[in-house]
Amino acid sequence: MGHYRRVVAHAQSTAPGTPDDASGARPDAPAGYLDAASTAPLHPAARAALLAALDQGWADPSRRYHQARRARLLLDAARETVAGVLGARPDEVSFPTSGTQAVQLGLAGLVRGRERVGRRVLASAVEHSSVLHAATALVGAEARTLRVDGLGRLDLAAAGAELGEPGVALLALQSANHEVGTRQPVDDAAALARAHGVPLLVDAAQSVGREPLPRDWSVLAASAHKWGGPAGVGVLAVRTGVRWRSPSPEGAAELGRVPGFVDVPMIVAAAAALEAAEAERVAESARLSALVDRLRSRVPALVPDTVVLGDPVDRLPHLVTFSFLYVDGEALLGDLDRAGFAVSSGSSCVADSLQPSHVLAAMGALTQGNLRVSLPVGAAAADVDRFLEVLPGVVARVRAELGADGL
Amino acid sequence: MTASGPAAMPAYDVVLDERGRLCPLPVIALARAAAADPAARVLLLADDPAAETDVPAWCALRQRTLAWAGDAPDGRGRAYVVSPPLPEP
Repeated sequence: MGHYRRVVAHAQSTAPGTPDDASGARPDAPAGYLDAASTAPLHPAARAALLAALDQGWADPSRRYHQARRARLLLDAARETVAGVLGARPDEVSFPTSGTQAVQLGLAGLVRGRERVGRRVLASAVEHSSVLHAATALVGAEARTLRVDGLGRLDLAAAGAELGEPGVALLALQSANHEVGTRQPVDDAAALARAHGVPLLVDAAQSVGREPLPRDWSVLAASAHKWGGPAGVGVLAVRTGVRWRSPSPEGAAELGRVPGFVDVPMIVAAAAALEAAEAERVAESARLSALVDRLRSRVPALVPDTVVLGDPVDRLPHLVTFSFLYVDGEALLGDLDRAGFAVSSGSSCVADSLQPSHVLAAMGALTQGNLRVSLPVGAAAADVDRFLEVLPGVVARVRAELGADGL
Repeated sequence: MTASGPAAMPAYDVVLDERGRLCPLPVIALARAAAADPAARVLLLADDPAAETDVPAWCALRQRTLAWAGDAPDGRGRAYVVSPPLPEP
């Protein structure tokens, strides 16, 4: 741990822009960037740790010479850091090359471990597409989605009924929804799954570094670029004793769970970012949650025919989604981009497939004029204020272009 | 709502063929028809996938009744019959 500590401590002391002023806003936060749920800007501590670890941690950590041992020490320390945040043992934690790979390996390994029981994968209808695609594409597996309510929360009665059927390999449930922010009843689902002897895979991608994490899971997946780490680092945690069999060919790295050469510097950077995020998490999440409350109350007051989606209270601290009636989502994003704001949309016109978001459809929510605002760590309150100034005019202009005034 | 609709399509007064037009245009056309004649029962034909979610959502927002939804009679896209909020006299 000592060497890693020095690398990270040096990185943090030399990172620009880390000290917060009284407002909690960070000078390095990109102005107008309100799409943290897609990806977060690299935390300054991660950038500095990455540069240090590129020099110190490039060697193959499985070898037996001093460069390798140095890389191994860095990797082990990064693993301890991430495991500590997840409430896991270090040997339960591996680093795949993305959150999507973490989901795919986690899911496929559980299905392999449950071959004798069955191959049906249960997942809430609002899981991230990586989970639904992995479940659908897995050879021989049968995917079944579970309904949610109008807030996007899993219907536990539906889950219980499906868990009671024979042949269930696993249940997949996110910690909180990536499009509308609603927290899922993970603890209740875990208890249900356990009662039926079914393992639970939790996709915690939106929660890590933002809020307390569920502890009761068989497999957990996450993604470093969501918490301010670099892209190319996922997290796959498998609880000791869970029947998980690697779907990869023999010889996999990362405790036998991940194919390919391990990228120590990127993992060190991911751990440094998570450590920094955790240090400021409680205060920063409270600050961002108050900004989200302001958006949730002000936007429908300023913009007529606004639907505010997701749970108003039991939700992610940093994310809120609206749908505006008679609005073209693509035009909305374009106008907001010209006004300096980066946001995202689940409307069909924004998707390559021309299908509306499966999350919004499963909730029965209005999908047109959909707009997700997700605040990065360090987001300035002034950005939110300016967004509230700009948004009503943008929506009114899009509606006028469509001839939808006064309808 | 099943693929073909559980019952025969009810009567309607106005037809809107919005097939080939994408979100949010079919719902805007529906709103215009409802504004022009609030008592009319409107048959909306649409093949925009978003209409499947947005027509019922619009009905809930504007207190209209989605009386029927199913495949379009000629098999191209979907059909929605939207009624005024109150039972007709």
